[in-house]
Amino acid sequence: MAVITYLEAIRTAMKEEMERDESVFVLGEDVGKGGVMNATKGLRDQFGEERVMDTPLAESAIAGVAIGAAMYGMKPIAEMQYADFIFPATNQIISEAALIRYRSNNDWNCPVVVRAPYGATGGGALYHSQCPESVFFGIPGLKIVAPSNPYDAKGLLKAAVRDADPVLYFEHKKCYLGITGEVPEEDYIVPIGKADVKREGTDITVISYGITVQYALRAAEELAAEGISAHVLDLRTLQPLDKEAILAAASKTGKVLIVHEDNKTGGVGAEVSALIAEELLFELDAPIMRLCGPDVPAVGMNPPMEKFFLLSTDKIMEAMRKLALF
Amino acid sequence: MSENMRGTAVPVPHLAESLVSATVGKWLRQPGDVIEQYDVLCELITDKVTVEMPSPIAGRLTALLVAEGETAPVGAPLCLIEEPNASGAPGGAVQPAAGASAAAVQAGGGSPAEEAMRSRYSPAVLKLAAEHGIDLSRLAGSGLGGRITRKDVEAHIASGAVNPGAAAVQGGVIPVAQAERDAAAAAAAEGVFVPASPKIPVRTTGLHLSENPPHTNVEAEGRMTGDREYLVDVTPVRSIIASRTRQSVTEIPHAWTMIEVDVTNLVHLRNKLKGEFMKQEGINLTYLAFVLKAVVNAIKDYPIMNSVWGVDKIIVKKDINISLLVGTEDFVLSPVIKKADEKTIAGLAREIDDLTKRGRAGKLTLSELEGGTFTVNNTGSFGSILSYPIINYPQAAILTFESIVKKPVVIQDMIAVRSIANMCLSLDHRILDGVICGRFLQRVKENLEGYNQETKLY
Repeated sequence: MAVITYLEAIRTAMKEEMERDESVFVLGEDVGKGGVMNATKGLRDQFGEERVMDTPLAESAIAGVAIGAAMYGMKPIAEMQYADFIFPATNQIISEAALIRYRSNNDWNCPVVVRAPYGATGGGALYHSQCPESVFFGIPGLKIVAPSNPYDAKGLLKAAVRDADPVLYFEHKKCYLGITGEVPEEDYIVPIGKADVKREGTDITVISYGITVQYALRAAEELAAEGISAHVLDLRTLQPLDKEAILAAASKTGKVLIVHEDNKTGGVGAEVSALIAEELLFELDAPIMRLCGPDVPAVGMNPPMEKFFLLSTDKIMEAMRKLALF
Repeated sequence: MSENMRGTAVPVPHLAESLVSATVGKWLRQPGDVIEQYDVLCELITDKVTVEMPSPIAGRLTALLVAEGETAPVGAPLCLIEEPNASGAPGGAVQPAAGASAAAVQAGGGSPAEEAMRSRYSPAVLKLAAEHGIDLSRLAGSGLGGRITRKDVEAHIASGAVNPGAAAVQGGVIPVAQAERDAAAAAAAEGVFVPASPKIPVRTTGLHLSENPPHTNVEAEGRMTGDREYLVDVTPVRSIIASRTRQSVTEIPHAWTMIEVDVTNLVHLRNKLKGEFMKQEGINLTYLAFVLKAVVNAIKDYPIMNSVWGVDKIIVKKDINISLLVGTEDFVLSPVIKKADEKTIAGLAREIDDLTKRGRAGKLTLSELEGGTFTVNNTGSFGSILSYPIINYPQAAILTFESIVKKPVVIQDMIAVRSIANMCLSLDHRILDGVICGRFLQRVKENLEGYNQETKLY
């Protein structure tokens, strides 16, 4: 199996899906040249500009065009240049894409994929660092995925393209070139709605998604040397949550730490925590803990503030240790 | 912590972007002093700024944690201040929960807070205990504060100690230590995780264990070394001045020249205007303002004076930013009047007044100390009539204005009493030579001697 980056996994997933299905096309700002992240690099050369469409600088238009095309049977993959800019498209996504199947009593559906590069890479500050997933998290009718490694990235994007309903695909920018992994050459999908145990352990359970899964795995590795065995669950899909996997992971140790870069209040972790509290009270051996970004508008530009804001392996390790010692 | 280490820690503030530490210059308060909020505690010195550190809280200063001259990272505690409402032994107010007393007796020691944890059971522990009929008070806890964890109970069950038969054989009483050993042995045999004994914390190393980074107390006061001499420690400011002046003298080949100026008319002019100016502006109309104006105008005529040595080129600065030298008994600062060429004499007087006052009070910001292109020093203010100044590196020259002294002078073969002052110039001989400096000084002289009763301040 080839070892590739997270970014390459996303690119090959799009390429293979476009080769497989004529109705799949890509649209977004500058995607013809590869986009600012290089995610669509080379696709226009292969598929032409009718299937790799450069759009005006208007996210509502990108989402609107994609949603309309999807309702007419196309399979658009819309790229938001940065997830921070998804908000002008929010109305289209929430009011149209998410609702059309319900509203039309199954006559219409909307197989659109919206790719949203999210999260902080360092030095990006406000408009290039946000985690907007919680805005869409409580919307029935949307599926939300957030892979943490190249294998899942490719498999989930393929699954998203083949899904008959709208899927928001949150890809963490820090993973792009920083995370590599083995990815099979042959066609495969990672099913939407299935979490994945990334590490088995017996003392504490860490539940996370995106880049923080990687931090948690590194932290778990170091803590193993201290005699703490951590169980790491990668949610992979945020909507719908894999309730079964969450409850199994939580009951395994009775001590749960939920980690995500998005703000703590109203974040995905709050829902996961509520789910465990509702179903698993008598398995719990410690308060459910959450380690998240602080409830401030966005990551600060200056390095000390950024460091304060962002999660890291060290911060996660400290929280894990605290939970293990409880 | 000893008795005198009580109180709230006052951290080193984040003084400017990118600064990660600060050096204590001088403590202005001592342990035992009662501090009001915003009282100045000490001077903090960094490469960028020197500031007075106000107290964020009111209370009694109990300990200085960073000695004078020592550097501490941002966020590290500088000193401890005992706040009035925070007195009383820490933890002393915590009442042990009713259920904890028995456990406290059994464990024989440990703080009340810990004992509270000892008898607090999680839902998982209670459920397991109920299912297997375990008396939790007989178990040792490996969790926080001796808390019995789910793993402790599971290990206890796995050890077989709760087997009714086994329990009966031992009369239903299982010594805790024995049970623990059994559990550990059984678990080890199965190759599963063995919970650490509560005596040995899981983490044994690492900085996080100590809340306060270690610090040393270094005395930074004058010390006697005998009856014939005593030592004064070099303050950080002194040390910076030392290295900067040495750099200037070793890198710049200094040359020196002096000129005599007849400032009689200027003296008359100032005497006429100063009372009115004080009334109108509320500040002194000093000679220095006139001198600066004369120097700035001369620099406009000889821009090379306003330059920097760039090894393979000479960089001539277009903005004329005049550095002043503001001295105290301890140190000297060089605040800068930016774009001095755009200011009137009154404007210069106001700026001089503002910069010197705030300089002596230690309230200048970094930007006000940067960017000078030429220095003027008013050495006359302390009576000097001649000085050999060191160039304010990396500028090209420095000019001093000496005392104004009344002297008998020969004018058109007659002897007159005139007000005379010397001006001295140290120059970077790599950039400047005698002729250009002579012409420059002559132009300053002309400008100064050209002041008359018609000269406008605004």
